[in-house]
Amino acid sequence: MAAPDTGLVEAGLDALESRPRPGRGRPARLRDRLLPPLLGLALVLAVWQLVWAAGVEPDWVLPGPAEVAQSLVHAAGQGEVWPSVGQSVLRGVLGFAVSVGVGTVLGLLVGRLRPLRLAVGPVLAGLQNLPSVAWVPPAVMFFGVTPAALYSVVLLGAIPSIALGLVSGLDQVPPLFLLVGRNLGARRLASVRHVLLPAALAGYVAGLKQGWAFAWRSLMAAEIIAVSPALGAGLGRLLKQAQDTGDMRLAFCAIGLILVVGIVVNLLVFAPLERRVLRARGLAAPGR
Amino acid sequence: MSIPSRTAPAAVAAGAAPRAAPAAPPHAVRLERLSKDYAPPGATAAPVLEQIDLTVPPGGFTCVIGASGCGKSTLLHLIAGLTEPSGGTVEVAGGHAALMFQEAALFPWLSAGRNVELALRLRGLRGRTERRAEAERLLALVRLDGAHGRPVHELSGGMRQRVALARALAQQSSVLLMDEPFAALDAITRDVLHEELVRLWQQTGCAVVFVTHNVREAVRLGREVVLLSSRPGRVAGRWSVPVPQPRRIEDAEVACLAAEITDHLREEISRHGRA
Repeated sequence: MAAPDTGLVEAGLDALESRPRPGRGRPARLRDRLLPPLLGLALVLAVWQLVWAAGVEPDWVLPGPAEVAQSLVHAAGQGEVWPSVGQSVLRGVLGFAVSVGVGTVLGLLVGRLRPLRLAVGPVLAGLQNLPSVAWVPPAVMFFGVTPAALYSVVLLGAIPSIALGLVSGLDQVPPLFLLVGRNLGARRLASVRHVLLPAALAGYVAGLKQGWAFAWRSLMAAEIIAVSPALGAGLGRLLKQAQDTGDMRLAFCAIGLILVVGIVVNLLVFAPLERRVLRARGLAAPGR
Repeated sequence: MSIPSRTAPAAVAAGAAPRAAPAAPPHAVRLERLSKDYAPPGATAAPVLEQIDLTVPPGGFTCVIGASGCGKSTLLHLIAGLTEPSGGTVEVAGGHAALMFQEAALFPWLSAGRNVELALRLRGLRGRTERRAEAERLLALVRLDGAHGRPVHELSGGMRQRVALARALAQQSSVLLMDEPFAALDAITRDVLHEELVRLWQQTGCAVVFVTHNVREAVRLGREVVLLSSRPGRVAGRWSVPVPQPRRIEDAEVACLAAEITDHLREEISRHGRA
């Protein structure tokens, strides 16, 4: 029997052993992704409605979903809601953007310089454990009830997460990649750009995601505590206002809006970013 | 002991006679009394490699075998300039050697073709279209036509090693160092890759230093086989392989020489059992 040509054997092996690209229709993927969270939301609303209908607590303590929705429409009509959402989102995005800049530089330095890491690493880890609400009183004492106070709380909340995310990303870069990079001729900056940063990207994105969560949380805490007409509208202020007027419906509205902003930012920005990064590295299941 | 140094014959020649075409160096790799230990400065430690003398001619194919702890990987890292010798000299034609590892070590955030393109870019090849065309050509050389855009994680182990081979060829070094590149592959795939490697070696004319613990593989591929002892690594034997390519791993002459070398390897290993 004549032995088949090497190229043919090789082509056969390639065909048998490589993983084919998963081919799934877009509508199916979209449906799979949207349906479960919508069902989950419906379930929460249904339970809420049931508890409310059972009359466990009076309406002014536990309003029903419909009442809260009505209140939301009412508040929106009075022009209170959208400026609050807009102002808070603006502050959150601005504070987060600055945090990304500072946290990235800090993370790179701490991740790559051993003395700095020994000195600053534990402090960063400690800061991440500190509830950022704790910064509100000193920030107000230092800056007064000003935007600077709000932003400083946001920064102190978000920067440690972003920096530590990048540090852990850098720690997970396989030493083999750095060797390969050096053999390919990547020196200092080229090595950082072509090997180190792309290899650390997954950890960095995880840090960014957590950083946003911390930024948003910190901002809400600051807005609830530091209230002043000079600061203008804000979701935290809306919540504080609900407490002051004993308006439980408005409180539920505000909480709902805070949640929605968090979820929407996550769905629109971080989830796709994370999915892209993981999928490009073959780390995510095809369906995700 | 001589002062540790790394010199590139070609570069030295160019320095003596500026811009003159450097004469073809008489060897691709030359190691003289090469030693390596990992002692911190001022301290002493048991050497990993001791007094290694090894010359690989241009277009040569030398397989280095030995048991664990013989410093095979250290040897390649020294030749590649990834670590500095503690004593002796390393000379590499052209001053640079491309290195391949047991794992393909392709960058997972780049497609197969982009991995090759990165090597071209770091080599200094300008122009995106030129890089792209050259990457396609190199992939075709390892019979991976059309794999340019495929993510690395979709490829089989054998395909990944071929992309790694294309990436190594992209460096245009006259020396190719391979650190057990086929150890993790199944027998059939390894067999096919042996054929491919020999074909590319003959086609490109580069010199190969191939490290393995598989004696048969060494005899199947090499023109010369060097046996290293363990702790410290010293040259314990050399054989030239008189069988012409194409060979097969099943060939009687290959098996016969492999048996002889294996006896020596076993003898080397058992010395550590007696001690």
